[in-house]
Amino acid sequence: MAAEARAVPRGGGWRIVARKELADHLLSLRLAVLLVIITLAALGAVYSTSGEIRSAAEEASGTPMLFIRLFTVSGETFPSLLSMLGFLVPLLGLAFGFDAVSSERAQRTLPRLVAQPIHRDDVINGKFVASLAVIAATLLALTLLVAGLGILRLGIAPSAEEVARILAWYVLTVAYAGVWLGFATFLSVVLRRAATAALVSIGVWLVLTLFSSFLVGLVADVVAPVPDQPTAEEVLARARWEMWLGRISPQGIYDEATGVLLNPEVRTAGILLPEQVDRAIPTPLALDQSLLAVWPQIVALLALVAAAFAASYVAFMRQEIRA
Amino acid sequence: MGEAATTVEARGLTKRYGDLVAVDHLDLTLHRGEIFGLLGPNGAGKTTTILMLLGLSEPSAGTVRVLGLDPTRQALEVKRRVGYVPDDVGFYGALTGRENLRYTARLNGLRGRAAEDRIAELLHDVGLEDAADARVETYSRGMRQRLGIADALLKDPEVAILDEPTVGIDPEGVAEILELIASLARDRGATVLLSSHLLHQVQSVCDRVGIFVGGRMVAQGRVEELAERIAAGPVTIEVGVAGDGDVERRLAAVPGVRSVERDARDPDRFLVRADRDVRGELARALVEAGVDLRSLARREERLDELYRRFFEEAGDGR
Repeated sequence: MAAEARAVPRGGGWRIVARKELADHLLSLRLAVLLVIITLAALGAVYSTSGEIRSAAEEASGTPMLFIRLFTVSGETFPSLLSMLGFLVPLLGLAFGFDAVSSERAQRTLPRLVAQPIHRDDVINGKFVASLAVIAATLLALTLLVAGLGILRLGIAPSAEEVARILAWYVLTVAYAGVWLGFATFLSVVLRRAATAALVSIGVWLVLTLFSSFLVGLVADVVAPVPDQPTAEEVLARARWEMWLGRISPQGIYDEATGVLLNPEVRTAGILLPEQVDRAIPTPLALDQSLLAVWPQIVALLALVAAAFAASYVAFMRQEIRA
Repeated sequence: MGEAATTVEARGLTKRYGDLVAVDHLDLTLHRGEIFGLLGPNGAGKTTTILMLLGLSEPSAGTVRVLGLDPTRQALEVKRRVGYVPDDVGFYGALTGRENLRYTARLNGLRGRAAEDRIAELLHDVGLEDAADARVETYSRGMRQRLGIADALLKDPEVAILDEPTVGIDPEGVAEILELIASLARDRGATVLLSSHLLHQVQSVCDRVGIFVGGRMVAQGRVEELAERIAAGPVTIEVGVAGDGDVERRLAAVPGVRSVERDARDPDRFLVRADRDVRGELARALVEAGVDLRSLARREERLDELYRRFFEEAGDGR
């Protein structure tokens, strides 16, 4: 056989895996369903938000960075685009990860796949990269759609700085989806059945996104109760507890970071005391200052992606091929 | 490489999972162009052995050399030259047979025209050209098995390892698959290692077999050699008598007899197991005792029975 036609992949095995996974994802029903859900949610949010902004157009004219409010202002019927996506983006990560490895086991393709001349980690690397690429492409298309609709509805174009802020938000959002993707991939390695992984991941998603604020409030009440006639210290202590507990959830971190990035007026993700803003002139921050304010959150989010992926990587490499 | 070039060599190969010893000091040597049947009941450690040969599982002790390479350290090179069809091989159901092979081809660095031609050729060889563009989820198990063989042959392997290639396939399909496997060694000069728990199915194609029970290789050699060993070993003789005369005791008293058993359905028939062929002695003993001898026959033992006996013995030893 033509041995010369064999440029056996050296260290490039993950690309071949990723390419196949990408083709699978793009043709999959799950991508179609997710696209419909997320597009509808985003369009609804933008539509109602832009209506809100338009009705306030008189007073709003001349407001700096009006366009970017498309992301943060909530309309009458819909929450803001930011909170909508903060809620739905994890679903993207979960959907493309929860059966990454277990589906290979269920189809009995894993032993055959790892017997090909690729490194074992090429399998998991390729899968992660492909899923993240699909998520990134989906979110990019969504962002462009939202921006386009916003330009039509508001009649203003985003300024360069707004574009930069939206870009930064985009990168963070992909990273946020990556955290969930890594978590779901880990579940797909550890749990043999895809259905169990789906259930566990959706459960964790609901707890961390929907119920986390209640839970945080509950725990904060216990550790730092606020009496009827609270002192400033007591109120502050409770607020601090609430802030730190919220940061346990990746959603808390993501919300803080994006909240600051998309609201140039916001100066910190933390607590601002009246004396700190006393006589401050409410001017928008420059982009680099906003970035600086949430730098810890950005780093934390990227670290979480790395940690979630590393966990699934290690679990996969240590696992016996045999089920 | 010469006719007898060694392709696979295992020395003291051992795999432990905690307290469980899955493979216990296995010695195995395979040569170029031969078909070796690794026979044993389910759970004997066959798949574990295969995974160690492929470098997909790390041995707890012992050494393995495949084509002179260490599968643990030179995994890529080994996997480049060794074809593997796992037990109950699976493919991506949503893809066609051809697409599945295309993926394997890419993973092996084959692409373009060369890959397409080779895929078409192999699909023809395994008789799947008509189903090549149907989704694999519509395939029968036999078709998947044949696709698995095509898949393993894509890399033009020097060693082909097939784990339980005949399970779940109708007898006709089994014959076809075995013919395919036999031609692999004959025409391509590859070393073939196949595992099975069904001896009678595979003994016809195997040059040598190894009987593998409880992680240990209890016997190995050419099929005829093993059959000869049975002839030399314990024999079973069926004795038919008329009338009662304490037959059981008399038969048991004959030197060389190990056990006597009365047939449950026919009280006049006895099964005698002896170290050697003692038909003459048995006849004499019965006649001397005045018992009418109606029939006396040595039961033909095939490798099947040897195989079963090895299983029983190994089972007793645990």
